[in-house]
Amino acid sequence: MALPQRKTDVGPPHYKQFLPPVIQKNYGKWKYHEVITPGSMVHVAESGDKLWTVRCASPRILSTDTIREIADVADKYCGGYVRFTTRNNVEFLVSEEKQLEPLMKELKSKKYTIGGIGPRITNVVHTQGWVHCHGACTDASGLVKSMMDELYDYFTTKELPNKVRLAVACCVNMCGAVHCSDIAVVAVHTKVPVINHDTFKNMCELPTVIGSCPTRAISPDPAKKSIKINEEKCMYCGNCFTVCPPIDIKNPERDGVAIVVGGKINSLRSNPKFSKLVIPYISNEPPRWPKVVAAIKHIVEVYAKNARKHERIGEWIERIGWEKFFKLTGIDFTFQCIDDFTFMRDTMRTASTFKW
Amino acid sequence: MAGKKYNTPLIDDLEKGPWPSFVTEMKKAAKNNEMANDALGHLEKCYSTKRGYWKHGGIVGVLGYGGGVIGRYSEIGDEFPGVAHFHTVRINQPSGFFYNSKALREICDIWDKYGSGLTNVHGSTGDLVLLGTKTEALEPIFAEYSSRGWDLGGSGSALRTPSCCVGPGRCEWSNYDTLDLTYALTQEFQDELHRPTFSYKFKIKSSGCACDCVAALARADLSIIGTWKGDIKIDQAEVKNYAKKMDINAEVVNMCPTQCMSYDGKELKINNAECNRCMHCITRMTKALRPSGERGATLCMGSKAPIVVGSLLSWVIVPFIKLEPPYTELKELIRKIWDWWDENGKPRERIGEVIEIKGMRSFLEAIGVPPQPQQIKEPRKDPFMFYTDADIEGFKAKEAEEKKTGKYKF
Ligand code: HEM
Ligand code: HEM
Ligand code: HEM
Ligand code: HEM
Ligand code: SF4
Ligand code: SF4
Ligand code: SF4
Ligand code: SF4
Repeated sequence: MALPQRKTDVGPPHYKQFLPPVIQKNYGKWKYHEVITPGSMVHVAESGDKLWTVRCASPRILSTDTIREIADVADKYCGGYVRFTTRNNVEFLVSEEKQLEPLMKELKSKKYTIGGIGPRITNVVHTQGWVHCHGACTDASGLVKSMMDELYDYFTTKELPNKVRLAVACCVNMCGAVHCSDIAVVAVHTKVPVINHDTFKNMCELPTVIGSCPTRAISPDPAKKSIKINEEKCMYCGNCFTVCPPIDIKNPERDGVAIVVGGKINSLRSNPKFSKLVIPYISNEPPRWPKVVAAIKHIVEVYAKNARKHERIGEWIERIGWEKFFKLTGIDFTFQCIDDFTFMRDTMRTASTFKW
Repeated sequence: MAGKKYNTPLIDDLEKGPWPSFVTEMKKAAKNNEMANDALGHLEKCYSTKRGYWKHGGIVGVLGYGGGVIGRYSEIGDEFPGVAHFHTVRINQPSGFFYNSKALREICDIWDKYGSGLTNVHGSTGDLVLLGTKTEALEPIFAEYSSRGWDLGGSGSALRTPSCCVGPGRCEWSNYDTLDLTYALTQEFQDELHRPTFSYKFKIKSSGCACDCVAALARADLSIIGTWKGDIKIDQAEVKNYAKKMDINAEVVNMCPTQCMSYDGKELKINNAECNRCMHCITRMTKALRPSGERGATLCMGSKAPIVVGSLLSWVIVPFIKLEPPYTELKELIRKIWDWWDENGKPRERIGEVIEIKGMRSFLEAIGVPPQPQQIKEPRKDPFMFYTDADIEGFKAKEAEEKKTGKYKF
């Protein structure tokens, strides 16, 4: 069959055609919203019109069959209107109150995971991992699944002092953004790459490879018509591998993950903050990463027990002090936790006022 | 279908448990699709050997575009021919991730015809990601989508697909039209989005208020955060209702970072001149509190990931800008920003890094924004600063003026 005529630079479709009539009518005129259950809320417009939302988790990787099922449910209860959230949830947009209960019932019967609204753990922002990226030190989707199976009740029911945002990045590029999450897993390589000198000369451009290294660890090795890597300087970022496949950075026994905590992105109460390193290394243990899951659950539980209402993890830690955080959680404090890269001068303690 | 059946005990384990399973999704797609089926076998191999097998991307794409497709090949394509090529196609999402069932089915039908049937809804930048297809399918895919009004998103050293929070579509806190602005900027900058000519990637994200639901401040070179200039209006009757279910002093007044609120059990007061518009009180008492006066946004710039010398959060460049169609002021400012970046940035330097290297002064002068205390947390602590001759002449001219008037102006 002949292909239709291609067009360039049309841009995305205009969003307006995807807004349900109640939104078109009350656009920009919302008055307030109320959370009804952990997975449903109602927005009330100045006109008195209402829009109900039911939020469900998704694994982010969706098959076309599942997307069609979502479309079917949207047709049945939402006039076909549905949206997704930045954090990979699907939201059914209900314009008629009488559709709300039947929708929730159908979603439950179809085993959808409803929740994620309010002071809870919502869906996890994450990257591609072994499913699709070349640099991955771990699998992001598998980690997310393992974590959320264990933390499930915090999505569907249980409350916490405030929202806890989790993220997983499968290498230090952190495409999935972990740097400002309450708790995040960052996968790390921990060993200097191995160079296949035989294939290097055919497959790689010397200047490109040397230029790719952020720490200037790479220099030419004229005898081998290849390169050498200064082990003192390399911090295992994998950039060289990206431009030159014969440089192998993957190391099944040494690749692992680190855990960072206390980040926040909104400006409520206190300014946005980066997440900070607390656990420098845990081995990769697919398919379930039990130690990583246990560590995250433990941190969530210590936070739930000790923080004040509305404090995010980072705000709680800043109030009690990092030394207290390590004490309460029993996490070993290691050399990796002291910044020796770019932030040392901002992160050392310049006063003798700390807690024992 | 005749696909090879892989034994996948490790990833099968990830079908157990209550959270929705991506393995189940991959299996659903694998039922009718050879590529998805091989992706399953390929992933099981990663799990059993604890390493990935994807090669770095190659240069693939569609005619006339420099981005929108991420090339992906497997090292072990012989063993898993269905994923020997497994490229990603980024489809530019509608503002706010709104869809209807017809649009979703259209996307699925085309994708089933040419690709693996696997998607990411959505990728972290915001695009609807179609995961896994072959090089020869790219042109047909583009023809099918673009003829129906869908376009590719950005990749490489280009403007990346802008994204935004739900904004006025469904949120009472939005200070400008995030959905419309995102659409307008995406249309305005189609060339910059599809044809990489920048030093590196450039991301624009728009949140309607300081809650920053798209995490703009942390992951966009240009972070547009909605805000207002007037007072927070208080509905005291609603305050009374909240008082019945919450401890207003403990949960709101005492958590106000600027300590500009008071509540005596009857009336809530806000000293608006001291409020820094953090949104805490408003999110706790949405029925009672509401911003008023002029609405607009704060423009912040520079956030990026840790590669190479550490991550950055965006910082304030323009404390307040009005954002109303056709957004001329913002569009012109963005072009000036790109021009300065183009002149000063080396390849693979994000704009935040270039501002760090060249200094805020060079940047602000180029885009015509004056220095203002709202841009900083605190002034510099070291005395190593530059003076131009013009600066000193300016200081001296001010002093000469003072001598005349007999009044100091610091
Ligand atoms: C305490 C601070 C926050 C409050 C009070 C808050 C409140 C809300 C509310 C009321 C909504 C529903 C808006 C709507 O769709 O009608 C929402 C949506 C959302 N929020 Fe937040 N939020 C906060 C922080 C964050 C942060 C830090 C993030 C992410 C980094 C985030 C991500 C989202 C996402 C992804 C949605 C779905 C809407 C969308 O995709 O645009 N929120 N938030
Ligand atoms: C030097 C730094 C970086 C490198 C080398 C890098 C490399 C890559 C590669 C190779 C992919 C393709 C993954 C796939 O196979 O699908 C990818 C995907 C992606 N990257 Fe990056 N990246 C970098 C930084 C970033 C940053 C800073 C962001 C966002 C702020 C980002 C956001 C994304 C997103 C959204 C995707 C799409 C895949 C997804 O949603 O998971 N990347 N990146
Ligand atoms: C130290 C550097 C960084 C900081 C401080 C930072 C900050 C943040 C914050 C606070 C969030 C919201 C987190 C959450 O919702 O859990 C976020 C999200 C995100 N970041 Fe970063 N980030 C950094 C580096 C990066 C890098 C290197 C990338 C990509 C290469 C990246 C990509 C993303 C993405 C894709 C999100 C998406 C979150 C969402 O969809 O809600 N970030 N970042
Ligand atoms: C170029 C920069 C600086 C110069 C020229 C400078 C010069 C001086 C001088 C002349 C004194 C007085 C010495 C005396 O009492 O005999 C002094 C004292 C001092 N400076 Fe600096 N200083 C500089 C930067 C700094 C910085 C950056 C710091 C700390 C961050 C610092 C901390 C101190 C302290 C703690 C004292 C002792 C103050 C006291 O006894 O009350 N100085 N400095
Ligand atoms: S975080 Fe690293 S491994 Fe993961 S998708 Fe991004 S570049 Fe690839
Ligand atoms: S892994 Fe990174 S730091 Fe190490 S040699 Fe390669 S590019 Fe340089
Ligand atoms: S950023 Fe603000 S305006 Fe936008 S959806 Fe979130 S709370 Fe609403
Ligand atoms: S917005 Fe923040 S600073 Fe302003 S009154 Fe409310 S809590 Fe205080």
